[in-house]
Amino acid sequence: MPESSERGALTEAVLYILLALYTPMHGYRIMQTVRELSYGRVDLGAGTLYGAINTLLEKKWIQPVAGELDSRKKEYEITNLGKSMVEIELARLKELLQTGKNIVEGNKL
Amino acid sequence: MKYIVHKAYWDYEKEEQWLNEMSAKGMAFTDYSWCRYVFTDAPNSQYIYRIELLENLPTHPESIAYLRFLEENGVEYVASYMRWVYLRKPASEGPFDLYTDIDSKIKHYKRINYFWTFFMIMEFVAAFGNIAIGITNLFIGERLGNFSYGNLIIGSITLAFGLLFLALDIPIRRKIKKLRQEKAIHE
Repeated sequence: MPESSERGALTEAVLYILLALYTPMHGYRIMQTVRELSYGRVDLGAGTLYGAINTLLEKKWIQPVAGELDSRKKEYEITNLGKSMVEIELARLKELLQTGKNIVEGNKL
Repeated sequence: MKYIVHKAYWDYEKEEQWLNEMSAKGMAFTDYSWCRYVFTDAPNSQYIYRIELLENLPTHPESIAYLRFLEENGVEYVASYMRWVYLRKPASEGPFDLYTDIDSKIKHYKRINYFWTFFMIMEFVAAFGNIAIGITNLFIGERLGNFSYGNLIIGSITLAFGLLFLALDIPIRRKIKKLRQEKAIHE
């Protein structure tokens, strides 16, 4: 894994975009899917989404779907590298959730 | 029916607000050239307008790719002026904001900050050059020629523009600072 040194948290927008792209889709569908996945809480602006897609393409966490030439809208999908980033993030969130629950609910650490 | 309004805005956020107020009254903004806004009749509040400063001119390939992406997302390109673009989206499709997280908001404000800072520096350099030449020439008894007042007038005008650009940039800098503070605790 070339980027295993990256330990920082992913932004909510990035994590949701990556989750959406487990199914290949184009920009507009990503916005809709992220809205649905977050129960309407995360509403991505088109400018924000465009910047995030370009950054994720550069990092090779997502890739364009090699597909029909005549399709005007570009579709993207998550790469294996992207999937491993999601897994690292989920493990981090799980740890955070567990620790948080333990303290807030007063369980023994 | 077409309406033409001549108006000058320095603050793009006030301009954006005005376009949305016009839209609420049934006047949909459709074209812009220097200080000239064209409106056409439309149902009240049909569109939400946003103004953005692009990284490149709208004719640049990167801008074209971005504007096409916006179009695919239901955002219509209305007009442009230099690197500024006027965009709109039907209000029926829900809220319309281009930038929804702190990072991308900071990035856009920084672009505007550089834009005003560039013009401010240009004006200040021209102002101090002119004032320095004018004053020097006055002190040596206008030996270089009878042009001191011309220099001082040009110097004052450019100085005023420099101060105007500074005044426009200060609120932008404040917004960037506030967003950065916000970022220390929130995403």
